[in-house]
Amino acid sequence: MRKLIQPTQHSNNSGAVHRSTKHESAERQVKGLANYVDDIVEPQGTLYAAVGLSASTCGDIESIDLSDVWKSEGVVDVITIDDSPGHRDIGPVFKGDPLLADGEIKFHSQPYFAVLAESVTLARRAALKGKLVIKEKAPVLNADQAHEQNFFVRPTHQFGMGEVQTALSKAEHTASGRLQIGGQEHMYLEGQVSLAVPGEEGRMNIYTSSQHPSEVQKLVAEVLDVKLHHVMVDMRRMGGGFGGKETQAAQWACIAALLATRNQCAVKLRLPRSMDMQVTGKRHPFDNHYNIGFDASGKVTAAHMTINGICGHSPDLSDAIVDRAMFHADNGYFFGATDFTGHRLKTNMVSHTAYRGFGGPQGMIMAEAVLDKVARATKQDPLTVRKLNLYGEDNGVTTPYGMEVEHNVLPDLIEKLEASSDYWKRREAITAFNQQNPILKKGLALTPVKFGISFTAKHLNQAGALVHIYTDGSIQVNHGGTEMGQGLHTKIGQIAANEFGLPIDMIDVTSTRTDKVPNTSPTAASSGTDLNGKAVQNACITIKQRLADFFAQQCGVESGDSVKFVDGEVVLGENTKAFTTLIQEAYFERISLSSTGFYKTPKIHYNRDTGQGRPFFYFAYGASVSEVTIDTLTGEYHVDRVDILHDVGKSLNPAIDKGQIEGAFIQGMGWLTTEDLIWDGSGKLISNNMATYKIPAIGDTPAHFNVDLYGVDNAEDSIYRSKAVGEPPFMLANSVWCALKDAISSLSDYTIDPQLDTPATPERVLNAVNAINTEGEA
Amino acid sequence: MIRFLLNQQEVSLSSADADLTLLDYIREQRRLSGTKEGCAAGDCGACTLVLAEPNSQSDGLFYRTVNSCITLMSAVHGKQLISVEHLSENNTLHPVQQALVDHHGSQCGFCTPGFIMSMFALYHQNAQPNRDDVLNALSGNLCRCTGYKPIIDATLAVCAQAPDDQFSRNETETLKQLLSFDTGTQGTPNLIMPTDRKALAHAKAQHPDAQLVAGSTDLSLQFTQQLKKGETLISLNAMSELKTCTTNEHSITIGAALPLNDAMPTLLKYFPTLAELLTRFASLPIRNQATIGGNVANASPIGDLPPVLLALDAKLHLDNGTDKRIVPIREFFTGYRQTQLASDEWLAHIEIPKLKPKQRLAAFKISKRMEDDISAVCAVFKLTLSDGTIKQVETGFGGVAATPVQCNALADALVGKTWSDKSCVALGKNILENAFSPIDDVRASADYRNTVLANLWHRFWLENQTNNTIQTRVVSHA
Repeated sequence: MRKLIQPTQHSNNSGAVHRSTKHESAERQVKGLANYVDDIVEPQGTLYAAVGLSASTCGDIESIDLSDVWKSEGVVDVITIDDSPGHRDIGPVFKGDPLLADGEIKFHSQPYFAVLAESVTLARRAALKGKLVIKEKAPVLNADQAHEQNFFVRPTHQFGMGEVQTALSKAEHTASGRLQIGGQEHMYLEGQVSLAVPGEEGRMNIYTSSQHPSEVQKLVAEVLDVKLHHVMVDMRRMGGGFGGKETQAAQWACIAALLATRNQCAVKLRLPRSMDMQVTGKRHPFDNHYNIGFDASGKVTAAHMTINGICGHSPDLSDAIVDRAMFHADNGYFFGATDFTGHRLKTNMVSHTAYRGFGGPQGMIMAEAVLDKVARATKQDPLTVRKLNLYGEDNGVTTPYGMEVEHNVLPDLIEKLEASSDYWKRREAITAFNQQNPILKKGLALTPVKFGISFTAKHLNQAGALVHIYTDGSIQVNHGGTEMGQGLHTKIGQIAANEFGLPIDMIDVTSTRTDKVPNTSPTAASSGTDLNGKAVQNACITIKQRLADFFAQQCGVESGDSVKFVDGEVVLGENTKAFTTLIQEAYFERISLSSTGFYKTPKIHYNRDTGQGRPFFYFAYGASVSEVTIDTLTGEYHVDRVDILHDVGKSLNPAIDKGQIEGAFIQGMGWLTTEDLIWDGSGKLISNNMATYKIPAIGDTPAHFNVDLYGVDNAEDSIYRSKAVGEPPFMLANSVWCALKDAISSLSDYTIDPQLDTPATPERVLNAVNAINTEGEA
Repeated sequence: MIRFLLNQQEVSLSSADADLTLLDYIREQRRLSGTKEGCAAGDCGACTLVLAEPNSQSDGLFYRTVNSCITLMSAVHGKQLISVEHLSENNTLHPVQQALVDHHGSQCGFCTPGFIMSMFALYHQNAQPNRDDVLNALSGNLCRCTGYKPIIDATLAVCAQAPDDQFSRNETETLKQLLSFDTGTQGTPNLIMPTDRKALAHAKAQHPDAQLVAGSTDLSLQFTQQLKKGETLISLNAMSELKTCTTNEHSITIGAALPLNDAMPTLLKYFPTLAELLTRFASLPIRNQATIGGNVANASPIGDLPPVLLALDAKLHLDNGTDKRIVPIREFFTGYRQTQLASDEWLAHIEIPKLKPKQRLAAFKISKRMEDDISAVCAVFKLTLSDGTIKQVETGFGGVAATPVQCNALADALVGKTWSDKSCVALGKNILENAFSPIDDVRASADYRNTVLANLWHRFWLENQTNNTIQTRVVSHA
C-alpha cells in the first residue's frame, strides 16, 4: 500500500489551531441571535405539553384519576404509560426508567402522566389536577438504610493490588474516616426542552437540548415502535449540559414525540425550572469510608476504600459512575496495598446521573481526605505529604486497577505551581495571620488532579464525521459531538481549517444530526474533541488525498503525497493554485468533494472480572492552590486567591481551554461549598429552585484568579497532541475544600484534621470550628 | 393605555392580561427570542431587560435593569424598553457586545443576553466602575459556564470608556418622547394604574379582591411559579406621591412604592452602616424594582428590611384615601404574613428616625451565598451609649420567628452596663441564643440560627469597641 497523505501535525504561522479563535457562536450569542430549542420558530398548530408529578415518594399505584385534567381549560390530550405503543422503559443502559410511572412510584415527584394543551400555561395548570392514589411504602433515603436492606441498583465491583489487610496490620500508623459528599444540581441555564415535529407516516423530527442525540433517536423510535431510520434528531446547541443532558433529555423528547404522533401536530415540552430540578437526576451523593496505613514519614502503605454511590431509584449510568469514582480514589498517589470497593446503592430518589467528572470528583476527594489526615497525624504540611506520595519510580507507578501511570507530569507541574504561587512564603504569612487574628482564620492548600481520559465503556470510544466541500470552496463539517458551550464546534472548525490551510470563516460546523452522522456517542467524558476532532481530521484527509492526487496530475507529477494545503492555496513544489479554483476544477473533473471520517481510541481495555486493565488512553493533570479566609463566629468564608496550572497538552485554543478551566473550577467550588441539595424526611427535594439552591454568583469569583496552561505536548497521539479539558479542572476545586479544612485545623495548631462533609456551607464550617474548639478543651 | 417605546418604536397597549410578564410579552408577542427564561423567578437574570426612563431631573435617561420574568406591563409605561436585539447597529456590535466577544465571555450563551443588558446599563452610568461596582451591577446574573472572570474583565474594560452609542446619541429625542407619554389615562381595564390616593381608594373599592402591586418581584411568583391567575391588579407604578423620598430634621420619609435602589442614596447617607445589607439585598435588578413598602407589607419573616426598620423604630403611614394613620412598625406585624393593614388601606410612607450622636447601628446578614441569597438569619442592632454606658439596645431580627421580631430582653439585661466591659458579650450571647425558637429549613438548622444570632452579638460588640483592631469580616463591603 502506498503512503497516504499525512495529517497536518502542527500549524504553520497561518495555521488555525493553537490560537485563541473566538467561540464560533460568540457574536450570535451577544446579539441574542443564537437560537436554542425554545427559540425555534414553531410550526403552525404547535401544542404544548406538561407532566404531572407524584406527591408521594414510594409505593404501588392503586388508582390514577385524570378526569379533572381532561376537563381543564385548553386540554387536547392526556397520556399515561399505557399509551406508549412501544417500549415502556427508556433506561439508557439497563432497565429501570419508565417513560411515565409504571405501576409504582419510585421517587417523590416522579411524572405519572403528561398533558397536551393549547398554551404552556394551560398545560402546566392542567398538570396540577391529576389524582394519584398509591399504597405507600417506607422510602429508602440514605446509604445506611440502603446497606441495611441490601438495596442496590447494580452489583458491587472491587479491585485492588496486594494484600491490604496484611499491609494495614503491619502499618506503623493507621487511621480511618468517613466523608459524606453532597450531590449537585446541574443548573444548566437552559432547562430541559424538546420539540417534536411529525413527518410522513410515522416519521418524526426531534429538536432537543441533548448531549446524546443518537440515544434520543433510539429511545423515541422504541417508544413509538418505529425503526430508527424514521426518527431524526437535530441538536444545534445547548444552553449548558454538564452531563445533565446525557441521559436526562430523552424522556421529554419521547413524551413530546408520543403526543405529536397521537395528535399529528408539533409538540413542545419545556420543563419549568423547579420541576426540572425535581424530576431530573443530579450528581450522585456519596457516603465513603477509608482505612489507611502509613509510616512515620507520612507515606501511605495501605488503603482500603469503600465507595458508596447513592444512585437513586434506577441504574441509569451509575455503574460507570461508581467505577470512575473508584478509578480516581487514588488521584495522583501511590497508596501501596489497596482494596477499592464500590457499591451502587438504590434509594427512593430521582435517579442520579452523569455530571462533569462522572464520579471522579467523589472518588478523588477521598484521596485528598486521606492525605490531609496523614499530614495532621504526622504534623507535616499537607503539601509535603502530598508530594511524598505521588506516583513515581520511588513509590510505584501502577494504579490499583493495574494501569501504568506513564508520562506523569505531576511532580514537575506541582513544583512549578509551588513556585509560581509562592506557596511557602504565603504559608508563613498565613501562620502569622492566624496567630494575630482571633476571629478570622486563613487556610491554604495545594491539591493535584490526575484524571483518566476515555469512556470506561469501550464501545463509546468511537466517532464519526461528515465533511462537504461546496463548489465555492466553503466547507461544511458535521460530526457526532454536541455543542453545549464548551467550544467543541470552534475547535472542530479550527481542525478542519488547519487541515485545508483555510481561514476559519471558510468552515461552518452545523447542528448535530442523526441523519448526517449515525450511531454517535454522547458528548461526555471530556471526549468531544479527542474523538470527533480525529474523525473530522480523517474525513479531511480523505478529501485532501483526492484533491492532492488531482493536483499532482494537473502538475504532471505522479504522486500527490507532497501536496500541501497552506494559506488558501494548494502547493506542490513550484506549483500553486488557489484552493477555490482547484475545488471548481475538481468538481468538473467529477471528483467527490465529500467524505465521512471515523476514529476509535487505541490501546484501551479493561477486564471487569479481574479489575485490571488500561481503561484510559491517557491522564490529564493539573494542580491548584487556594487561599481562603473563614469567620469563626459565623462560618462564613471567602476564597481570596486561586492559582492554577493545568495540563491540556498542546492547547488547540488557549482561550477556550482557560475558559473551561476557570468555569470548571468555579463549578467545582460551588459543589464543595454553597450548593446544598436537601431532601426532607419524606424524600421530597426542598432545595428545588434557584432561591434555595445557590450556585456560585459573580462575587464568588476570587479577585486573584491566575490560570496558566502547562504547555507540554500529549505523549499519546491525540488530535494535534492536545488533551481533553472538560472535566479534569472541575476537581481542582478540591483545594478550596482542603484550604477550608486547613483554616479550621489552625484552631488546633494543625493537630486535628477537621470533619468537614460537603458541601461545606457556612453552617458546616461553623460546626467544624465548634467541634474542634470542643475537642481542644476536652 | 400603556404607552412605551420598544427600542425606537412607539407602542400603545389598550389591553393586556394583568399577569402578563414582560418576558412573555417580548418573547411570545414580539417574537424577540434573544431574551431567555432561566428560572421565571428573578433569580438568574437570563431574562434581563433594560428600561430607560427620564432621570429625577428629567434632563437625561436612567437605564434600569429589570428581571423581565417577574415584571408586569405596568412597569414599562412611559419608558423605553430595550432588549439585546436592539443593541447592535448596522451589523456592528455594541461596545459591550464586542467587549464580551473579545474577552471570550460567552460559552453556552444562554445567560449571555442577560449579562449584555446588565453591562449595557452599567455602561450608560458612565461611572468608571471598579471591580466591586461591576460585581454589584452583575449581581443578578448567573452564569454556569465561565466562572465569571472574562465577564468581569470585559465589563471593566468597556465601562472605562464614556458611553457612545445610538442610545446616547438619541437621548434628547427619546427623552422628549417619553415625557409626552405621561399624559392621559394609564393602565388597562384589568391592570389599573391610579395616579393619586383618591383614585387608588376608588380602585380598591371597585375591585376589593384586586391585589396591590408595586415592584412585583414577590407577587409575580404567584403567577410564574404557582400558576395562579391575576385577573385584576392595581399597580402603584404611577403613584408618584408614593415614590417620594424626603428628609427633615428628625427623620427620613420614603414612599412605599419607591424602588429600593432609588432610596439607597438617602438611606446610605443617614445610615452608612447599612451598606452591606443593602448591597446584599437580592440583586441589583430586584432592587431596581422591589420597594420598601412591599418588603414591609408582605410581612415575610425573612425580608431584610423589616429587621432594620424594627431596630430603628420606624413609623408606618397607612392610608385609605380618606384617613391616614401612623402605626409603629413594632406593632405592625400580627402573625405569619399578617399585619395591621385594614382591607381598604395601603402602606403609603415609611418614616425612619435619624440616628442621634452616640447611637451605633449595624445590620448583619448570614446566608449560604454572599450575593443574592435569602437570609438564614438577619440581625440588626442599634446601640445608644452615654459616656460609655449602655442607654438602650434596640434590635430587629429576621429568619428566627414567624414574623420579623425584636428582642427586648437584650435591653433589659444590658442597659446600665459599661459597653467596653467584656461581660457584655456573654450576657448578650446567652440571651440571644435562647431568645427564639427558629425552625430547621432549607436555608439553615435551628441550632445554627441560634448560635449565629448569639455570635453576631459578639461581632457587634467587637466592631463597636473604640480602637478595635480585630478583623471580623471575610468580605469587606463598600
